[in-house]
Amino acid sequence: MIRIKCPYCGERDHSEFTYGGDASIKYPALDAPASEWTKAIFFRENIRGMQKETWHHTNGCRLWLEVERSTITHEIKSVKACHPQIEKITKNKS
Amino acid sequence: MTRFNAWNVFKNGFTGQKSWDRQWRDPVPKKEYDIIIVGGGLHGLATAYYLAKNHNKKNIAVLEKGWIGGGNAGRNTTIVRSNYMMPGNHEFYEHSLKLWEDLSHDLNYNVMFSQRAHVSLFHSPGARDGAARRYNIMRLHGTDAEIWDLDTLKKNIPHLNYDDARFPIMGAAVQRRAGNARHDSAVWGFARAADSLGVDILQNCEVTGVKRSQNNIESLETSRGTLKAKKIGFAVAGHTSVLWQMAGLGNLPIESHKLQAFVTESIKPLLDHVVVYGVGGAHFYISQSDKGSMVFGGDLDWYKSYAQRGNLPIVQDCAEAAMAIMPCLGRIRLLRHWAGVMDMSMDGSFFICKTPLSNLYLNAGWNYGGFKASPASGWYFADLIANEQPHKHIQNHNLERFEKGINIDERGAGPDPKLHG
Repeated sequence: MIRIKCPYCGERDHSEFTYGGDASIKYPALDAPASEWTKAIFFRENIRGMQKETWHHTNGCRLWLEVERSTITHEIKSVKACHPQIEKITKNKS
Repeated sequence: MTRFNAWNVFKNGFTGQKSWDRQWRDPVPKKEYDIIIVGGGLHGLATAYYLAKNHNKKNIAVLEKGWIGGGNAGRNTTIVRSNYMMPGNHEFYEHSLKLWEDLSHDLNYNVMFSQRAHVSLFHSPGARDGAARRYNIMRLHGTDAEIWDLDTLKKNIPHLNYDDARFPIMGAAVQRRAGNARHDSAVWGFARAADSLGVDILQNCEVTGVKRSQNNIESLETSRGTLKAKKIGFAVAGHTSVLWQMAGLGNLPIESHKLQAFVTESIKPLLDHVVVYGVGGAHFYISQSDKGSMVFGGDLDWYKSYAQRGNLPIVQDCAEAAMAIMPCLGRIRLLRHWAGVMDMSMDGSFFICKTPLSNLYLNAGWNYGGFKASPASGWYFADLIANEQPHKHIQNHNLERFEKGINIDERGAGPDPKLHG
């Protein structure tokens, strides 16, 4: 079991969360050519090591989180809310 | 190599069956090969075998970082089926099933292929209609498929929970020619047959670097020295991205996820079919091995990972699913469980294709279905490498299909690898 330290709820089992995916993806402009959209939607770096990824606290506060996690050991380095405005609120809370 | 036949078994009986040859050689790597296949799993070995057999290619090597069959070939639930409906997929998997049907004779090695039927349960009229649609498409393409009503199902598989299941069983979609095979035998059979046709199987030979020019690969750095080849095939599903990036080729439409499998203690014959259960988000498949163990598996672990070990929530999910359809398993003890790392592709279908490099060919993205696909995977991949032209059945199984909008998405789950279970 991976334990994720949700900035709002505290440390919880990963089974409370839904895995999102690679958090490093930058979506191109709406009128960008199809090849750029293809890269953003379908192609992944698929890192073997530390990667930034999103998790949704589905059965908790329902925040989307950005988690830095090793895909080899599952060790978690950092957790923060994806949305910068929400990050301010969670910081005040703690 | 001595062939396996009744006479040779009899003859070797005089020496206590101790005079058999090595099944495959342990050759010293040559400096240069015509074709190198990276990955000594089922797909790599099958590719080398069909290159030698169907296309009369010589001077082939298969590189394996550990021992052959020690990766995902030894980490699956050994199910073989061809219940696919997308164009390209059904021809491919049907071809694979046909190869399985004759594989023991072809390889002169008993792969213990058992066509015990693949029985996919349904629990609602909607699921029944969905299954009927898929299985009708299979019939229209000449694959065997049938729908069993509840009475037929009860007669064939009496031990399911027909009494008080939360989701009552209504019947099943069945492919009778499907079943399972012995994974180790398939690996050893392909290795032995490929070796007898002159293929060098190089174990403990890990690719540690790729030296390339603008348009092709010049040589591979391995733990057993530098190896050159005119053509190179990657068949390392699970770790394709790692090797792809070693070759400086960037991103792939693949994420590596892990899938668990479970084996229990041996019991008397209980189940002589492959039974699949999928309802309310659960996904579960079970069969009984020849040794008597119940072999089963479920969903992915739901997050990207290269760790070959599974998490506990999935153990619980699988145990719950087992209890939901076969409560008689309640007191059976689990002997082993493990996880394999798989290429989950963006549409749930595989890649057998050319690459941006002129002498590199790609075999990857096997998702849940690598084991059953292995003979056809080797067959079509060998065809591509030998003829430089994709066979019409796999002409869309390439990396360009996403940009062209011709995704081969069997489940209709969209570009999220973890959903293509």
